[in-house]
Amino acid sequence: MTERVAIHDHALNSIRTIREAMDRASSFTSIPGWGGSAIGATAIVTAIVAGPLESDPHLWMSVWIGDALVAAAIAAVTMLLKARRANLSLTGGPARRFFVSYSAPLIAAALITGVLARAGVFTPLPAVWLLLYGASFISSGSFSIRVVPLMGALFMLLGLAACFVPLSVGNVLMGAGFGGLHVIFGFIIARSYGG
Amino acid sequence: MAKATARRLQPVVETKIPDFDRLIHEKTRLAIVSALAVNPSLSFNELKAILETSDGNVSVHTRKLEEANYLNCKKSFNGRIPRTDYSLTAAGRRAFERYLSHMEALIKAARGG
Repeated sequence: MTERVAIHDHALNSIRTIREAMDRASSFTSIPGWGGSAIGATAIVTAIVAGPLESDPHLWMSVWIGDALVAAAIAAVTMLLKARRANLSLTGGPARRFFVSYSAPLIAAALITGVLARAGVFTPLPAVWLLLYGASFISSGSFSIRVVPLMGALFMLLGLAACFVPLSVGNVLMGAGFGGLHVIFGFIIARSYGG
Repeated sequence: MAKATARRLQPVVETKIPDFDRLIHEKTRLAIVSALAVNPSLSFNELKAILETSDGNVSVHTRKLEEANYLNCKKSFNGRIPRTDYSLTAAGRRAFERYLSHMEALIKAARGG
């Protein structure tokens, strides 16, 4: 009996080694935690700045697009630094799978933004941005660390709420999502996944 | 302790699983083969990060797997920096699948057999 239990444990240890190696090998772990928090901080400032601009929705949208460009630059630099520190590639299999599934919903968001802005319809933009940004994290999350899909789901919940509110409230929800969620999850990722 | 456990396990392992692959069974080599089973190829540095181990350890174990024809090794230059990429050979993949079957058999035998 003792022998059987020992063999069973022995096999389970091997299975655990296999599972851990496969998990790590198929995950993109260079998500920047501190970079995410910095992105959140700029989004909170943007929400405050953009709040009074709802009477000029074109300007409101431009302010948020400006923040998105700043966020993309912060993400690129901090991701590169984190990957370098861990000697990881940003062009390897796990990273490639992450970026493909991450970028598809964001490209959709950019196209829908263009169409809505051309039609002069701005109220749905917070819902579109929050929903598709959340979708990009849920789809790419299966190739990355475990908290990423959870963050995506929370973005989508905020996006759902944004479907039923005016632009001014949508702006607050964007501050809560792009600001608050980034700060909180950035901190969690930085503490648990090496910066 | 580990040797004593191994000695105790040996009769059962040998009777139930005669062609148990000792080469893959070593923890670091098992992790290397597992990581390569879910990626077409991985660089030396990627393997080192996945395994959280030293350069020397990765070198020693990848070489053993290469000698057994379980791994392909491709050396190249990324600019001026040398780069080594590893991939699993067909023999390596078969050996890994066989090993998984053996583990499954072990667990089944221990549970019910």
